[in-house]
Order: sequence, then structure tokens, then C-alpha cells
Amino acid sequence: MSETDSVILDTAARMFADLSTQEMVNAAEKGEWPAALWQAIEESGLHLTWVPEASGGVGADLLDGFAVLKAAGAAALPVPLAETLLAGWLLGRAGLEVPQGPLTVARGRHRLENGLVSGAALAVPHARNATQILVLAEGEAGLHVAALARDDCALREGQSLAGEPWDAVEFSAVRPVACAPVADLDENHLDAMGAVIRAVQAAGALETALELTIQYAGERVQFGRPIGKFQAVQHMIADFAGEVAALSAAADAAAEAVAAAGGAIDADAWVEIATAKTRLGRAASNGPAVAHQVHGAMGFTYEHRLHHFTRRAWAWRDEFGAETRWARRLGEAVLSWGPAQLWPKITAVTDK
Amino acid sequence: MSTSRFRFPGVTMPPAARALREEVREFLAEERASGGFEPMADCWAAGFSAEFSRKLGQRGWLGMTWPKQYGGHERSFLERYVVTEEMLAAGAPVMAHWIADRQSGTQMLRHACEEVKAAALPRMARGETFCAIGMSEPNTGSDLASVSTRAERVEGGWQVNGRKIWSTGAHGEGCDYMIALVRTAPADPKERHQGLSQLIIDLKAPGVTVRGIEDIGGQVHFNETLFEDVFVPDSHLLGEAGKGWSLVVGELALERSGPERFLSSFIALREAMEVLSRNPDDRTREVLGHLVAQIKTLRRMSLGIAGLLQEGRSPETEAALVKDIATRFERELIEQLRIVLPDEVLLDSSGVLPRLVREAVLRVPSSTLRGGTNEVLKGMIVRQLGLR
Repeated sequence: MSETDSVILDTAARMFADLSTQEMVNAAEKGEWPAALWQAIEESGLHLTWVPEASGGVGADLLDGFAVLKAAGAAALPVPLAETLLAGWLLGRAGLEVPQGPLTVARGRHRLENGLVSGAALAVPHARNATQILVLAEGEAGLHVAALARDDCALREGQSLAGEPWDAVEFSAVRPVACAPVADLDENHLDAMGAVIRAVQAAGALETALELTIQYAGERVQFGRPIGKFQAVQHMIADFAGEVAALSAAADAAAEAVAAAGGAIDADAWVEIATAKTRLGRAASNGPAVAHQVHGAMGFTYEHRLHHFTRRAWAWRDEFGAETRWARRLGEAVLSWGPAQLWPKITAVTDK
Repeated sequence: MSTSRFRFPGVTMPPAARALREEVREFLAEERASGGFEPMADCWAAGFSAEFSRKLGQRGWLGMTWPKQYGGHERSFLERYVVTEEMLAAGAPVMAHWIADRQSGTQMLRHACEEVKAAALPRMARGETFCAIGMSEPNTGSDLASVSTRAERVEGGWQVNGRKIWSTGAHGEGCDYMIALVRTAPADPKERHQGLSQLIIDLKAPGVTVRGIEDIGGQVHFNETLFEDVFVPDSHLLGEAGKGWSLVVGELALERSGPERFLSSFIALREAMEVLSRNPDDRTREVLGHLVAQIKTLRRMSLGIAGLLQEGRSPETEAALVKDIATRFERELIEQLRIVLPDEVLLDSSGVLPRLVREAVLRVPSSTLRGGTNEVLKGMIVRQLGLR
């Protein structure tokens, strides 16, 4: 662990605890932009964690950024920090400078013609709050990273399961604010980076949901004792702890693989990401089920903040490809390894 | 980077471990090619071969972490992990030495007197002698403190009467020892864990009768062992008389910490790959993806435990947590595999793959029972979470 690691993480953790309150998250869901929180983030430079210093960023370790994103998930952060980091990563790969303000990324491969970008995307997270929307666009000269001004795009507002902005975006012959070709990176790599980010965030969110569950089980008294004394409840919580541990392990492995590849999504990183995103599907299904079951009706209210975490897990498991797609593609990769390489490929990750 | 309650640090294999892996793979390939063994599911609990164990002993792959003074090789936990996971992935017959190597030898190393260590450990490291677990009894399963096999003080030692059950491998050629949890002082209901002791019992001693018990597959792997006035010398006491509970808890931590918990049926998956590769459909791809994602995740967690052991820690709860998830996964693996295998494989009574699938299905109920039922393990986990 680097020194920067703990300083950045401590800063983030304190900021999130102070400013990502229940009230703020609820207000954000109603459309109130958490200006104070975003300002604090920009002042601290957290949003530039993955931007190389040469492009005006902090140039910190990739793992530092993932640690911050896990903390962000654990705090149900209602601002597009993850999306801005993803955008920063994408801009960095294209050698572009990072602008101020919240950013987001639209998935897919779009069209670049005569210097103008056209395309459409669904469920672009926080599009309405972003100053710029990043896209991959293919022109005659190959694939480019293009930064579009949000105001140049047509938006149809929508919401994720977690009540966060998921806006449909359309851009018709828009001149990008910045554009540069990018090599060794396509929409699949972008999806993969988004997937590992969501796995890490979800690991954080489910950790908080687990803590809330343990706390509630220890406090809620029925039949003369805390419900956490009943074996049925204990066993469910043990299972939940297992899911959280497994997801964390998978997400950590994926983050480490991306870091080991210097921020590229090489074949090894892709396998770890596919593993984590597949694992996320199960954890985000089983974990929240236990959390809500233990919390009873209280946890089913808007007023109790459990849903800040469970709804995020549910939303994130669907993003950048749900687990079915990832499992299928991982299975395809496994088949391509062939029987003799099944075990060697599994062990290779620790033997590099 | 984790604020999690349970930490599974990422592990990178040191160069020595990587080189060792290649050595082990070469050995296994040669053995397989020359007919030295047939791969099997649950190979560490069902594949007894004194000869194979001796071969491993000759290569220095048993007693790896023990001091050289006792015939060990002073290698790291990670190197030992590499050898064990390669054996399991290949379905090699490692049952004979498995318990001695995983826990009994280390238990003796920690708690036995010099005389016993010098007599037993070098032979265990050479794969020439083996050991069985003496914990469960007909009336004692999950409630281990309720053992009633008793040891009474006699001149120069103890006299043991009682019964142990489910001792895997006790009937095997070369299984000379059993570490038995016995009552050496009367039970006090307020202090149930007091008055227990671990004794090393010589299974060839007069008064010991080992009787094999057939499992549902019609195989004898575990046993009932009867003790009738069996004399056990003082030197065979582990640690202090009456203080055996903490010792047995330590032995259980060793028992629970390994990769066998999720790799018991892996060989069935590996052998199935060829069949699955012919005209795979989306369902097959999806199932394979889910299974491999789980295997990789469990390996990461299991290795994390080896890493914690290497750091000198005692990750009892982590081991319980991984064992709980891993053993439930073992059932999932064979059930999911079955779903995507063609009927011809399931209805065939001969051939390697049908045999492996059948072995895995028959053996899987024992996964979540042995080494501590998952229900007991969940109790340990919630105690760590502060709910008990």
C-alpha cells in the first residue's frame, strides 16, 4: 500500500461521511444537485485520481482510485465520481486533457463523419449533471475518443433503480469539444472498465448493507431478545457475509489486474473483470435479499436508508453488461482455452 | 484497500512456488501417462494409495513446512499450497497422507514431546506412515465437547475406552496413528470444554479395532474405531491434560483452511470440457462462465488464507467462511455440470467422465458435513460478527 493510498482514501472517507448524508442522497434523487459535495470533490482533486499528471491530473495509482470508488459505493455517493474517473481514464488513454466539472461516458461505438459525431445511448449515468459526455466514435481514420458538450446533446431524463440519473442521450452531427484517436481500446474495453468500477462500488455498498444488517439484528428485539440471537437469522447473515467477502475478493482481483496492466484491459484483466461482474450478479441478488429480510418492514421503507445501498447494488449489476452476458463470454473464453489449459489458465493469475 | 470485516489478501506466487508448480505438473503428467493413477473426484478423501504417498514423500512434497530437524523441508505455506492444489486439480490419490500432512503432523509438531515427534514426523514426511482424525463419536458430531471416550490414569499413561467414528483412512495400510479427543476429567456442565485431552493412539495397539463403514457409494473410506482398555503412554499426550479443547480448535483450523474445499469435483469439470466443447450452446457457455468465475473467486479467497498463515496469523473465521461457501459451491458445480452434459454421459456406466460425474454426485453430500457442518461454521462466522 502506498502512502498516497491512505491519504487519498482518508480524505475521501471523511468527505463522504460528512457530505454524503441520507438527506443529501434523498435530495439528489429528487433532482437536487449536491453542489457542496461536488465542490469538495473538485477541491480535493479526487475526480482527477486517474488522470495522468501530464494531462493535468493527480496521476495516482489505479488502485487508489478503486479504493476511493469502493468507499464511494459504501457511502452511496449521489454524484458521478465513478463516471468522472471513468471518463478521466478514457481521456488519459487518448492523451486528452481533462476538463473541470462532472463527466460521464456513453457506451457503444458511434459515428464520426467530417469531424462531427452522431449516435445515441441509453441509460447514460448522470448525463444531465455532466458538463461533457465522452463517447467512442469511429471515423475513416479509426476509433476516436470524443468529448461532447452536454448542451449539444438531446437528453431524455430517466432514473436507475437506485434513483440516480440514467438519461437517454442522442447526438446528431455534434462537433466535439475535443477528439483524438485511440489505439488498443474499443467499446468492449470501455464496458470492461465500467464493469470493474461497478463491481468495486457494489462491494462497498453491500459492505454497508451488511453492517446495517448486523446492527439491526443486534438492536431489534422480538420474543424477548435481539433477532440476531435466532439461528435462522444468524445463518442468513453468515451467508450475506460470505457473499460480500466473495464479491470483494473478485472485485479486488479485477482491480489489481487492471492496475498490473497499467490501466489497459488486457486478456488477463478481461478474465478477472468477467469473473467479478459475473460474481456481482449473484452477490447483488443474494445480499440485498438477506438485508431486507432481516430488516423486516422497517427496511422496506424509504425512510430507512438501507435502500440507498441495496438499490445501488441492483442498478449496478445491470450496467455495462448484466451477468448473463459476462458469464456467457467468460464461458466462451474458457472453451477457447481447451481442456488442457483450463487449470493452468486459472492458476496463471497468481503466477505472473 | 478493504474496510471489510474479512480480509483475503491478494497473493503473488514467489518464483520458487512457480518453479515447483511446473515440477509437480510434470510429475503428474508422467504418472498419469504411465498409468500410475486414475483421476478421481474427492481424491483427497477417497483415493488411498500408500505407494503414491511414498512417491510424494520421496520428492519432498510432504511435511513441506516442517523443520528439517523432523524430516520436513522448511518451505513456505504458499509452496505447500501449490503442491496440494495441483494434486487436487489432477484428481490424484492423495488420501493416505492427506490428514497427516494437513493437520496431524503439524498438531504433533506443535504439541507433542520430542520422542514422539522424532518417531512420527520423519516417517510422515516420507509418506511411510499416516494418521486419522479421532473427533466424532456415534453420539458426538457437531457438539464436539460432548465426547465420551474416556482416558483414565494408569501407571505410565492412560487407559482408553470408547469409540470414534467417521475416521477417514483409519483402515488404510500404514495408518498407524489417530489423534483422539478424549475425556480425562469428568464433565462439568458449567465448563464443558474443560477436562478434555488429545492423545495420540497407536492404531496397532492391543484393544484397538478398526471397522470400515460403507458409504452410500458402497466404498469404505471412513471407519468406526473401538477402544477397549487401550494403553496409551504418557508420552502420547499432546499439550496438557485437561486442556485439550484449545488444541482441537487449532487442529480444526488447520483442517478447514485448504483448497480441497472447492476443488473436490474440479476434475469432473476438467474432464467434461471436451464433451462440452462440441456444439456448445449459450446455456453451456453461461454455466461454464459462472462455474469458472466461482472457482477463481474461491481460489483467490483460499489463497488469501494461505497468505494469512504465511503472515503468522490464525484465520479461523476466514477458513470457516471459505469452507462454507466453497462446499456449497461443490454441490452447485456438479449440479450445473449435469445440466449441460448430454444424456449419453449420464446414462453411461463406463468411461472416465461418467464415472467422475457419478463419484462427484455420490460424494457431494459429505462436503457440507465433514470438517464441521456448514451450520456450525455459520455459527462461528456470526460470533465473529458479534451476533452471538
